[in-house]
Amino acid sequence: MAISIDEAVPGPATDDAPAERRRGGRGRMVVEVLLLTALAVAMLFPVLWMLETSIKENRDVYAVPAKFFGFDITLDHYKDVFVARGGGQSDLSGSFLNSVVVAGASTVLATVLGVPAAWAYSRFTLKAKKDQLFFILSTRFMPPVVVVIPIFLMYRELGLIDSKLGLVLIYAAFNVPFTIWMMKGFVDEVPAEYEDAAMLDGYTRLQAFWRVTLPLLVPGIAATAVFALIFSWNEFVFAIFLTSSQEVRTAPPAIAGLIGGTTVDWGLVAASAVVFALPVLVFAYLVRKHLVAGVTLGAVRR
Amino acid sequence: MTTTTDHPVQEASAASPPAPGRSPRLTDRRLALVFISPAMLLLLTMSVFPLLWALYLSFTDYSATRDAPADFVGFENYTTILTSPEVWQRALTTLVYVTGAVALQTVLGFGIAYLISRRTRGRGVLTTLFLVPMMLSPVVVGLFWKFMLDAQFGVINSMLGSLGFGQVEWLTRQRTALFSLIVVDTWQWTPFIMLIALAGLTAVPKYLYEAASIDRASEWFRFRHITLPMVWPLLLIAVMFRAIEAFRLFDLVYILTSGGPGVSTETLSFHVYKVAFLGFNTGLASAYGILMVLVVIVLAQLYLRYLNKLKEG
Repeated sequence: MAISIDEAVPGPATDDAPAERRRGGRGRMVVEVLLLTALAVAMLFPVLWMLETSIKENRDVYAVPAKFFGFDITLDHYKDVFVARGGGQSDLSGSFLNSVVVAGASTVLATVLGVPAAWAYSRFTLKAKKDQLFFILSTRFMPPVVVVIPIFLMYRELGLIDSKLGLVLIYAAFNVPFTIWMMKGFVDEVPAEYEDAAMLDGYTRLQAFWRVTLPLLVPGIAATAVFALIFSWNEFVFAIFLTSSQEVRTAPPAIAGLIGGTTVDWGLVAASAVVFALPVLVFAYLVRKHLVAGVTLGAVRR
Repeated sequence: MTTTTDHPVQEASAASPPAPGRSPRLTDRRLALVFISPAMLLLLTMSVFPLLWALYLSFTDYSATRDAPADFVGFENYTTILTSPEVWQRALTTLVYVTGAVALQTVLGFGIAYLISRRTRGRGVLTTLFLVPMMLSPVVVGLFWKFMLDAQFGVINSMLGSLGFGQVEWLTRQRTALFSLIVVDTWQWTPFIMLIALAGLTAVPKYLYEAASIDRASEWFRFRHITLPMVWPLLLIAVMFRAIEAFRLFDLVYILTSGGPGVSTETLSFHVYKVAFLGFNTGLASAYGILMVLVVIVLAQLYLRYLNKLKEG
């Protein structure tokens, strides 16, 4: 079972403390709550500051000392994210669209390839299965800066440099190990007996997979796909080395490109970062039950 | 749809010993092959083949910008790298960065998880809030911290200023740049350790605490002898995972400092990039990359071995 973050930790230890220790416990509890609040503020402050900057007038963005309250609210930066200065579509919005296409297509590809493989690894006894699975996961640990060197040369030969297809393929390749590991956990949770029973009813193995197991896997597939989507959406290294033109460039390098010049429009950077991060946070919230498995590439689950 | 013709076949094979070539085992094997090979093929073409190519290039003096064919140079690239004081300097930077960041994250992450696990109410909300940094793209995180750490109008200096401290050039001073990098990485990845530590804390059976409180064991004793041993295996997984990720890190360095000032924040990943894409010394960069891959493989093997032991145990 994957551990949900909503699931409660078994009752706090202080509940079981003998009565005489309770009074000291009260003071301690206050300290703990204060500490936790301070940490939460420290963790969330940068996010709040980003939100705040994205709705500030430019003169307030650069104000010294920084203005925490009492600034004029404007949505101009958000308008700049989507609409070019002279009217029409901005370059950034095109990059966002590219990101949607690339992340979506690579996720579909990784899911279509990964789910059947995960099922096969879960159900059948195969030669050196454990080694195969470990090999699959270790491909995901390769440093992207290193992989990108030969990939760059390979793509140059194949004419895949600066193409969406090239990005889709490399993203799919790095999401397949994740999909297989994550989905294997979900398939393991569906009893193989269901398929055996279906096969006794005259289904072939394939039909049993298609009609019995697959429908039961849909929630798992959805969660896995969401993680793959987030990984591809956030990816930066391959995107910056393998693409260059505006028509292909995805959002992460486009946003990073905003700080290239001599003057940086931090309001615009903040607004585009918010627009970029918002879907990720929504999606992550949807799959919060599977976060532990998701962020460890499906390796940790109980 | 199940076709009616399937029934007799299936029943026949179930009733009588399977005829050669029609046995369910063999079809299973074929099915497994059909299901696994497309995924494997993608991994082989996109991960294994490029690495083999890099391995080949690492023995040549190939440059991606010259048209000249690659000349075989033997182990020259490897000896150049392993005897270069520059590379050892980068390795040291990487080591400081990895240990610093991972240690900070572990302490903070476990601390937060422990504090959260002791709360009865609001745990779900708290956990969700704490997890936000982890889900953001390194690009967003890097840009944002760059803005916040800006020497002139950054909010960090502004806050320090109102406390009476002077301006600190966080990202442009030798001393503070690597430290800033560690802080940013810690900010982003503390939630990761926290999440996994929390999962470990959730799994500690309540009866252990009950037994301990019957024995009137002290709080510290309970923490030291129940909580820590139960959570440690899972925590170690998280730590190793983070160490591998920190070793591979590129994007944060690229955005925050570009390796500067000087070379004070140039990690191995960043140095490979400079050799490969700024110096176009492809052969040398490949050898460099292969050496890094070896390090990652050793780390990943340790991680996977340990994971496997944990699962079986």
